[in-house]
Amino acid sequence: MRTAMSALELIEPRSLGHALEILRDRQPVVPLAGCTDIYVALNAGAPAGTRFLNLWPLDVLRGIRLRNGVLSIGALTSYSEIIRSPLARRRVPALVAASREIGAVQIQNRGTIGGNVANASPAGDTLPVLAATDAVVVLRSAGGTRRVPFNGFYTGYRKTVMLPGEIITAIEIPPVAGRQWFRKVGTRAAQAISKVVVAAVRAPHPRIAFGSVAPTVVRVPRTEQLLANGGSIDEAAAMLLTEIHPIDDMRSTAEYRARVACNLLRAFWTETA
Amino acid sequence: MRFVLNGRQVDVRAHAMKRLLDVLREDCGLTGTKEGCGEGECGACTVLVDGRAVNACLVPFGQVRGRRVLTIEGLKGTHPLQAAFVGEGGTQCGICTPGMIMAAAALAKDATLEDVRLGLAGNICRCTGYTGIYRAIAKSRGRKGPRGTLRPQP
Repeated sequence: MRTAMSALELIEPRSLGHALEILRDRQPVVPLAGCTDIYVALNAGAPAGTRFLNLWPLDVLRGIRLRNGVLSIGALTSYSEIIRSPLARRRVPALVAASREIGAVQIQNRGTIGGNVANASPAGDTLPVLAATDAVVVLRSAGGTRRVPFNGFYTGYRKTVMLPGEIITAIEIPPVAGRQWFRKVGTRAAQAISKVVVAAVRAPHPRIAFGSVAPTVVRVPRTEQLLANGGSIDEAAAMLLTEIHPIDDMRSTAEYRARVACNLLRAFWTETA
Repeated sequence: MRFVLNGRQVDVRAHAMKRLLDVLREDCGLTGTKEGCGEGECGACTVLVDGRAVNACLVPFGQVRGRRVLTIEGLKGTHPLQAAFVGEGGTQCGICTPGMIMAAAALAKDATLEDVRLGLAGNICRCTGYTGIYRAIAKSRGRKGPRGTLRPQP
């Protein structure tokens, strides 16, 4: 561990309400849950802050339920819980597929969907699913609750619309009409961070979202429209290249990512035909 | 802070942000749990919290309050998995072994070879390869060899 303990503080809230008060009154404070991102940074000597708020025991933020036809997933719900949930398997198989490919069992037992969204990595594996299914992010602060469309949640690389004092309490997924599809391409099936990740819904107007090919997860609306209008998959692949902005980094190259993104688009279209 | 360690109620004083891995090794004197990568990739520090495998390098001590923690020492050297790892050559340098055994201990009783592979996908071994490890796990469950067939990964 390359971070000195003495400088750090972990605040234990008594309830969700108490946690929201702490977030209002004691900024800067970093909420933590499964710690699968925060402790990697801490171990590397680059902590996200010095004062942390322990959300992990707040069971009120766990669980998957249907509310008026909308699937509501508590922010603290782990990937393992999503994988085991009959409701999630029935309603959002693409989310279950994504959860199975995140890390390995040890990470799936600790990592949470709220954490994946809040961490705001462009490579987050559940994020294309939430984009393609037009999910809604439920945010709470001591001042109240607001709902933000997932596709308007990120404003730039690792930037979100969240205000200081707000936390994610749930992700809501409306009913999805059409076949869901998910594919992740990484160095290895387990533990690897995505080089390209895609989720899509095959419907008269297909919905397609990519991760790891732009500063944020992206929907590709012009590609979707072209396919909805009966355009060919070749035209769609050409259009896709105008809507993604892959870069060279430690995990892959822009050229590889562009090629693979087009291949994944074709695979989606063929496999869901 | 009170929690259950290897079946015994204990009260340990340590910083709430200290890694469970360091509390086990430094404050509890249980050095069977190893540090490999320190970033949740290698699984060497795998322990069970409330029966589920976690990487102890990514767990703040404050989050095990009131929970049940099981480490390799809790298997007391007499667990069928431990005997099978020895008997089947499931270990070489030994750094990954405690984590491998704890991850295996969390698997369902009826796990197929594919389940074992998935369940141990977060445990990296750089000496033996995995054949002896899978064989040891199968043997500890009273089978001659791994059940199921190997499928190439996509």
